[in-house]
Order: sequence, then structure tokens, then C-alpha cells
Amino acid sequence: MCGGSRFLDVGPEYNPGLVSLIPRLICAGGSLSGQLFQAMRQSIIDGASDTAAELAQQALAIGVDPLEAVNQGFAAGITFAGDQFGCGQMFLPDLLASAEAMKAAINILEPEMLKRGSQREALGKIILGTARGDIHDIGKNLVATILSASGFQIFDLGTSVTPEEFVAKAKEVDADIVGISALLTTTMAGQKAVIEALDRNGLRPRVKAIIGGAAVTQKWAAEIGADGYSRNAIDALELAKNLMSKVMNKGTAQA
Amino acid sequence: MRPRIQLLTPELIGRILCEAFELLMSPGVRVGSAPVVELLRSAGVEVNDGVARVPEQLVRNCMASAPRDFNLYNRSGEKAVHYGGDDVHFDPGSCCVQMLDPDTLEARPSETRDLVRLIQVTESLPQFAAQSTAVVCNDAPSAIGDLYRLLVVLQHSHKPVVTGSFSAAGLQGMIDLLAADSGSQDNLRKKPRAVFDVCPSPPLNWSEFGSHNLLELARAGVPAEIVSMPLAGGTAPVTLVGSVTQHAAEVLAGITLHQLAGPGSPVVWGGAPAIFDMRTGGAPMGAVETAMLNMACAEVGKHLGLPTHGYLVATDSKFVDAQAGAESARSAMLGALTGINMISGAGMLESLACHSVEKLVIDAESIASAYRLVRGVETRGATLATAMFAQTGLSGEFLKLKETRAHFRQEQHLPSPVIDRSARGSEPPSDAFTRARARVNELVSQYQKPSFPEDVLRKYQSIVEREADRAGVASALSGD
Ligand code: B12
Repeated sequence: MCGGSRFLDVGPEYNPGLVSLIPRLICAGGSLSGQLFQAMRQSIIDGASDTAAELAQQALAIGVDPLEAVNQGFAAGITFAGDQFGCGQMFLPDLLASAEAMKAAINILEPEMLKRGSQREALGKIILGTARGDIHDIGKNLVATILSASGFQIFDLGTSVTPEEFVAKAKEVDADIVGISALLTTTMAGQKAVIEALDRNGLRPRVKAIIGGAAVTQKWAAEIGADGYSRNAIDALELAKNLMSKVMNKGTAQA
Repeated sequence: MRPRIQLLTPELIGRILCEAFELLMSPGVRVGSAPVVELLRSAGVEVNDGVARVPEQLVRNCMASAPRDFNLYNRSGEKAVHYGGDDVHFDPGSCCVQMLDPDTLEARPSETRDLVRLIQVTESLPQFAAQSTAVVCNDAPSAIGDLYRLLVVLQHSHKPVVTGSFSAAGLQGMIDLLAADSGSQDNLRKKPRAVFDVCPSPPLNWSEFGSHNLLELARAGVPAEIVSMPLAGGTAPVTLVGSVTQHAAEVLAGITLHQLAGPGSPVVWGGAPAIFDMRTGGAPMGAVETAMLNMACAEVGKHLGLPTHGYLVATDSKFVDAQAGAESARSAMLGALTGINMISGAGMLESLACHSVEKLVIDAESIASAYRLVRGVETRGATLATAMFAQTGLSGEFLKLKETRAHFRQEQHLPSPVIDRSARGSEPPSDAFTRARARVNELVSQYQKPSFPEDVLRKYQSIVEREADRAGVASALSGD
């Protein structure tokens, strides 16, 4: 994906003003839904919340399946944005705008998806927080942004989170992964404490624990029995995806 | 004439302060702890839902009680650092968690031996007026890591120390250790050897931990350095001037708390402002805009007549390479030209996460050059050149002149062998990193550890044991 243009080729310009024509065109076998999906993708890439919301509304108005609108339209945009960010073509403010636009679209489509019982499956549920006594949260927030933009459902507990709070939330939402950030050598012990608490409560190995932060090393991750660590947000995404495949395999193996 | 550089006009500083005072009222400042809320309320400040609205008049009163300048003292009780006016000092960056291994070129968790090496080199270089608790010792129990670092520095150095604590609970032990070093709490107050960095959390948040330490330092009369770290675009407005304004508001709020708790206690208008890297979310300490932020923030502090501090001479590179050299030398010059009283950061790589003692000796050369620059173009003697020409005529024999011999040491900074100016000879030339390694080894081999009276060591021991007990770890008095 790297090196490509920031802008997808939208093809013949989609004109939202033509919405009244859409049903007729679709009936006539035109590929306007294809154009609509492309416009949806572009609205996310542009970080244009208003346009994204408008397109979502139009999709509902002309009877496009909302799940399809997400999967073929909006989500493609966020995947593209994530990739572009990963290779330095898009920047954090762009990515955040894309995530906002995604939210705007989903907000409109969600009620209809609920009605149809066609909820979009999240890639997995991840709890994030900074260890007790630590107020550094920039890195953790970045990880949350990337993971959530990529389809994970994120529960961000904020900064200075106790092991008990991690455990309680993991139980409450039936989490797949718990991610603990710590930037201080003094608070890294908190990562260990969370993992121990997850063990004590019988949540592991089903729930995976991952860690990160400036001083975190492979050695530390191994020492405290973490299921993984990463040095940046992009690697955190890979890590989470890999762990999810293990979570899934385990699920079927046990079944 | 001393050369200087100025980024802000007096008019712009006026606007910055004006908006900073506005910010202190709306949205106000988040304050974390009950004692702070109480202190502010007793001064008539309105605090609702943990947010204080601090009126300008109170801030101005508090600024008036803050000293315009103060000194740090060395172990023998002599003045060694003057915080105030345009005096410029440098110290190595603080608190790195990793060390660049010169053999493998890998960053590995820092240990006591690394801290000792950094101290030994800092001790012998006149460019560094103060030591810092430069790295965290991963081989010591982390629960008392901040105390332990300070102990190692005190055991190996005569110079003043720039330090800081990682938690509220850790501060008292460190103050006690310094009091033991000074002979008594009272001596420490009169002749402080250390200054403590204390950080608000951007934006406009004096967390429980930060504000607790600020108040305790004020009460103990131990100098506090308010290190506000707005990251422009991430945790502060994206414009440089907007971040400078937020910085001013955070420091003004800090000074207010500090002076309410301990009127007249020394406090520094410090900072580690940086831009926010829009690709990585990091804090690029080597960026020129980061240097500009440090300069502009210090200019506001100087305008208010307060002692100043900044974080420069650091790089984002992972190696001691051309990027490291360029970024660090550039900001050393800019900081010196601004007249910042204490400039922390030398030796640091990887956006403050990793230290290198080899980088430290190279940075020392940049700092020496910066000092030379700041001295400017001086005049010596009654004429500029004619008196010397009267002696040489057109012979060109300046090397023989007594003036040459008398003045070349002031006119030129004579670099250490870290800087290569040699003519190519039979030996193959070396690069700066290789020369830096040799220089480090040389300085370390020349270093002599100060000796300590038994009773001071015993006091150290008992404080460390007490703190280890408190933190629930086995005590470790070592560092030799
Ligand atoms: C910005 C910063 C601050 C800001 C934080 C603002 C905020 N809202 O987060 C402020 C000014 C508040 C601050 C305060 C302090 N800081 Co600070 N800070 C930094 C700095 C310069 C950058 C951190 C950062 O944001 N990096 C950018 C992000 C994007 O990177 P990251 O955090 O590493 O995250 C990435 C990866 O690690 C990974 N990751 C992170 N978390 C997770 C979690 C999971 C699950 C996974 C998979 C991956 C992952 O992905 C992230 C995205 O790429 C670091 C130095 C450094 N280079 O790390 C010091 C640093 C961490 N701080 C340090 C210190 C000492 C402090 C203070 C104690 C200072 C003081 N005396 O008051 C206080 C701490 C207070 C407390 N109790 O927490 C030291 C730590 C020393 C130590 N003992 O460990 C450092 C190393 C700097 C130094 N040399 O002094 N700090």
C-alpha cells in the first residue's frame, strides 16, 4: 500500500445531489452502489464526518444493506487510512479525523443493523489502560486509536489503573485481550501485578495479556509471562491480530 | 557585546501572559489532591469538581514572593550554579531508562555501572556545572529507584545535582538523603545542593503526585524546577505560540501553589516543551521547533525575572551519529544564546529514553563551542590590530607575538581530542564515536572518588534502609 496516493481513485465523480436518481439507476442495473461505496471509502479517507454521515443516510434511504455499506464502503476507507498511516503517508490528525468519520457513519447505520440483527463482528475485545501510578497515556491512546480503527472494540480505562479494575472490566465485557501500558520503571511492576491478578481470577490463558511502553523489553515481557509486547502501535495491531487467531483456535479446539 | 537571540517581542510576551492568565480562569487548572484544594481555597480560590480558577492578582502576588535568583552549592558548600540573570549552565539529561552499549550499539536497560560512568565523566568535564540523576538503575529495586540514583550520585560527586522523584512517597527519603549530605535540614535549606524537577501534566493539570511534591519542596525550602511539557498539537495547541501560552499558564499555576506553601522558596521557570510528532506520537527533542519552544518559554520566564530552565542538547537518533551531533549542537547554541540558566539534556538519545556517555563527551564539545559563541567578539588592549601590526609590519610573524601567546586561549576554544582537526598522518583517521570512546575511557581512568566520613555513610545507610522497608524491598546500599 505504501507509496500510493493518499486518495483512492473514486472514478466518475459521485454526486450526492443525484440521490433521487439512485433507485432508478440501480433498477436499471447501473453500478451506483459501487460508486456509493467508493464515495463512502473516500469520505473516511478525507476524514469528512458530515459527508460520511450523509452517505450513510442515503444508503439507508435507498435500501442498501447497512452491514454491506460498512464492510464494502466505510471500513475499506479506514483500512486504507490505517495502512497509509503505517507507512507514514498519513498523519495522526488525518487518522483521527478518519476514525471520527467512521464513528459518524456507524452511528447512523447502527440502529438499522440492530434491527436486522446484522451487527458487525468486532475483531476482538481489548481492554487498555496505563498501570497504577503512571499518568503517561499518549502511547496507549495511539494504540487504542489504531486498534479501534482496525475493527477491535476498545475499552480504555485511562491512566493509573489498578489490577482490580483491569480484572473487573475483563470479566464484565468478556475481554479477549488486556493491554497494559507503563512508561516508568517504577510502574512496570504494575504490569506484572495485572497479569498476576488475571491469573488469580482464572481469566488466563483464555484472556491474553499484552504490554508496552518505553522501557518494556522482550525480557521483561517473558519474565512476567505476558502473551506479547510491542514497541509501537502498528506492531501492536499485528500482535493483537495474531493473538486473536490463537484465541479463536483455542475456542474451536476446546469445543 | 554578548550575542543573544530573541524569538518573542515584548508585545507578544504581553499577549502570551494575558492569555495565560485567561486560561487560569477558564478552563482553569485541574488540581489532584485534597491538600492542594484546601491550600487554594484558603487563599480564596474557587475550586469546583477538582478544577481551580486562579485569579491573576493571586498569581502576581505569588510571583512577587518567588526569588529572582538563587544558588546551588557543591559538596564543599561553595556556590557552583547561579540560577538567575543570563547565566548559562548545562547538566546531563535525567532519568533515562536505557543506555547505549558502545560495543554492541544496542540500547539496553541501564544499570548502576552506567550511572557511575556517567557521573565520573560529568564530574571531570567543566562544561557540566551540575550532575543529574541521569539513568534509572535497573539492577536496583525499582520501588526505591529514585532514591537509589541520588545516593549513587552523592557518593560519586562534588557537583550540585539536578534530580527528581518518581512518586509522592519517594520524595521525603531523597530530601533526607540530601540533608544528611549537607549536615542538616537547615544547611540544606541555606545551601541547597540539589534542585528537583516537578512536572505538571499537560494540559493544565497539577496531578496529585506533581502537586504533592511541589508543596513538599516549597515547605522544605529545597529548590523546585517546574518542568512543564506541552507537546504542540498533541497535548497542547499546535501553534508554537499557543503551546508557549499553555506552558506559561501551567508554570504560573505551579508557582502559585509553590509560593502559597512556602513563600520565598526557590522555584525555577523550567520546561521540556516539544512538538508532537504527527507520524509517531513521540516528542521529538531534536527538532528545531522543540528548541524554539524551549527558547520562547524561557524568554517569558526571563521577562518575569525568574530563574529559567530548558531541555535541549538531546536528540531523537538511536545512535551517536550525524543526526545526534547536528541536533544537539544546534540546540546547545540556541539555548546558550537565549541565556537559559540550566539546560538539561546532554547525552540523551531516543527522545529522552536512552543515554550515552560517548554522546555526553561529544555534547561537551558543542557546549564549549556554545559558551565560546556567547562570549562574543571581545576587544583586548587599546587597539584592535594596529598595535600588533606595529610590531610585525608586513612580515606576518604573528605567531611570535606576545599577544598571541597571551590571548589565544581566550580567543579560541581548544577542543579535546574528541574533535578532529589533525592533519592526515600515517595512522588512519578515526570517527567521532571512536574518539569519544577513547576520551570516556581516559576520563574514567583519571576519575577519583570522593572520600566520605563514616558517619555520613551510616546516615545514608539508615535512610536507604528505612525507605526500603517502607517500600517493602530488600535494601541495597551499593553503587561502588
Ligand atoms: C511525554 C512524556 C511525559 C508527559 C506525558 C504526557 C502524557 N499525557 O502521556 C509528562 C510531562 C506528563 C510526563 C511526566 C513524567 N515523566 Co515522562 N516522558 C515523556 C516522554 C518524553 C515521551 C513519552 C511518550 O509519550 N512517547 C510517545 C509515545 C507514542 O510512545 P510510547 O509511550 O513509548 O508508546 C508506544 C510504545 O511504547 C507502544 N506502547 C505503549 N503502551 C503500550 C501498551 C500496549 C498494550 C502495547 C501493546 C504497546 C504499547 O506503542 C506506543 C505507540 O507507538 C518519555 C521519554 C520517552 N522517549 O519515552 C518520558 C519518560 C517516560 N518520563 C519520565 C519521567 C521520569 C516522568 C516523571 C516521573 C517526571 C517527574 N519527575 O515528574 C513524570 C511521571 C509522572 C507519573 N507518575 O506518571 C522518564 C521515565 C524514567 C523512569 N523512571 O522510568 C522518561 C523516560 C523521560 C526521562 N528520561 O526523564 N512525561
